[in-house]
Amino acid sequence: MFLNAILLALREIRRNLMRSFLTILGIVIGVAAVITMVTLGNGATRMMGEQISSLGSNLLILRPGQRMGAAAFGSAAFRVSDADALQMQVLALRAVAPMVSHSAPLVVGNENWSSSVTGSTNDYLMVGNWQLASGRLFSAEEQQSGRAVCIIGETVRNKLFGHQNPVGAQIRVKNFSCPVVGLLVAKGQGAMGMDQDDTVFMPLKAVQRRLIGKPQDINFIMLSMRDNADSTQVMAQIRRLMRERRKLAESEDDDFTIMDTRQIAETLSGTIGTMTMLLGAVAAVSLLVGGIGIMNIMLVSVTERTREIGIRLAIGAMENEVLLQFLIEAVALSAFGGLIGIALAFVSCLILSAVTQIPFDFDPGINLVSFVFSAAIGVLFGYMPARRAARLDPIEALRHE
Amino acid sequence: MSQDAARKGKDDALIEFRKVVKTYGQGQTAFQALCGVDLRIASGEFLAIMGPSGSGKSTAMNILGCLDAPTSGAYRFHGVHVEQLDRNQRALLRRHYLGFVFQGFNLLSRTSAQENVELPLLYRGEPLAQRHAAARQALARVGLSGWETHTSAELSGGQQQRVAIARAIVTHPQVLLADEPTGNLDSTRSHEIMELLVTLNRERGITILMVTHEADMAAYARRIVHFVDGAVESDAAQPERGA
Repeated sequence: MFLNAILLALREIRRNLMRSFLTILGIVIGVAAVITMVTLGNGATRMMGEQISSLGSNLLILRPGQRMGAAAFGSAAFRVSDADALQMQVLALRAVAPMVSHSAPLVVGNENWSSSVTGSTNDYLMVGNWQLASGRLFSAEEQQSGRAVCIIGETVRNKLFGHQNPVGAQIRVKNFSCPVVGLLVAKGQGAMGMDQDDTVFMPLKAVQRRLIGKPQDINFIMLSMRDNADSTQVMAQIRRLMRERRKLAESEDDDFTIMDTRQIAETLSGTIGTMTMLLGAVAAVSLLVGGIGIMNIMLVSVTERTREIGIRLAIGAMENEVLLQFLIEAVALSAFGGLIGIALAFVSCLILSAVTQIPFDFDPGINLVSFVFSAAIGVLFGYMPARRAARLDPIEALRHE
Repeated sequence: MSQDAARKGKDDALIEFRKVVKTYGQGQTAFQALCGVDLRIASGEFLAIMGPSGSGKSTAMNILGCLDAPTSGAYRFHGVHVEQLDRNQRALLRRHYLGFVFQGFNLLSRTSAQENVELPLLYRGEPLAQRHAAARQALARVGLSGWETHTSAELSGGQQQRVAIARAIVTHPQVLLADEPTGNLDSTRSHEIMELLVTLNRERGITILMVTHEADMAAYARRIVHFVDGAVESDAAQPERGA
């Protein structure tokens, strides 16, 4: 009986192929939209997480100024002594890396490239989760004297040396020559979409003196906490120390900012999660609209097939059998819609992830849920027309033209 | 109980109407289509129901076919009180004991003759192989071997009505109800259909109840009941036609 009803439903769908397709279009688009949104949202969240963790764990960033952007220029820069004080006085810190950064032209032979040159200590590489692919770190003597040597990122190597090993070669940075002592392992794209590998490291003093000309100023201080440190407590401690060193009065606001990368990561992935849910919900509404489309067509179909229903009833079909036939027809329609939607979502995820570089993690859960949901919509919106069909009076139905 | 059994034993009525009343509408606008009809039909009869339009013959037919229930009175089919059955129970009765032939053929459109004939068997839950065999047999019985795959649009009126008859007899019903079966056919086709019904009645002993307003079609029946104004006006047996 059940199998028969399914066969009958499929036959009916095949008979009106074009109409059936238009009927389920709403479901198709709804399912495809929901799956695409959720899949890409999850991919984006995962990508965020990976990028943040590649930035380094337990990382705090201390920078002058209260807000992002222009305000930073109004506040005094940090001094190298600030970094030393932090290292000495805040015990929960594992590493303190003062850092300056300046953009500079790089030349090797005929190759030309402009990159950001970062001056810091070996600690910076540790704090930032950087690893050497070849060569060595800065020696103590190089750090002390501020000798011009550099460790370069993968992108810079690519632009200036191609696939050759750069270690031992010379790069002309602005107006001085600088031997390459190390090459970093590639990290890939950063949190904001910038290329993390497009970078050159030099000892702090080298950049301060030769590129910037202010031997004491520091742009940022990167701080790495010990594994079991409580970041709130550590941040409070740092804040107290820095207020003291920068001689801020009780009534004055901070003229520096402490950022906790993990906190930023959590905020960001939280935001993405909310966006994903919001977009998914909007897409789910279109699923509902698709359901109404199915109900509409099923109602038309019941009216159109009144005589057929009359014949079936006269021949001895019971109410439930007619109900089941139409219900299965509605469910089959919407389930087909769901399947096509899943296929469409798969294709659109592939395309979108290729375009946006968001990783495509196929999630069987959301596909299953969407499919079940679309079938449920068939039951929900198919029930009313099916009941109308089942309750027809056979005599009236047979007389219907 | 004993009285019942005694009467049943005496004349073995398959169908019995007792003071059957059917009223449509309520209050002021109420219309009595049947006003107290008594009718007994034995198994194996070929009965024609005649009468002008509005005489209640169609209403009687609908009740006889268990498509409708009487407002009051008793309708016993096989000793079962049909007036006490609900919609689904009446559907089951139709499924197992009755076959229908309509004036407008009422075949499923865009569906092959074979599938049309199989339809009642589908609701009886018969397996596929049996359905196929029975449908082929029924189509052969009405002279449509070789037309199994044709849809109703590809068949003539006479052929469509034959398919409808095949659909009605495929379940081996006890009663075949034919509502103006020749109403949409020319006279040659009409006579062919009537001959077919007569043969089915004779060979298979199927009780046939036929509504018609054409006297020469009613002439094929062995008993003619005339309805006028919702009541039986005359009820007469006819001599059997020479075979």
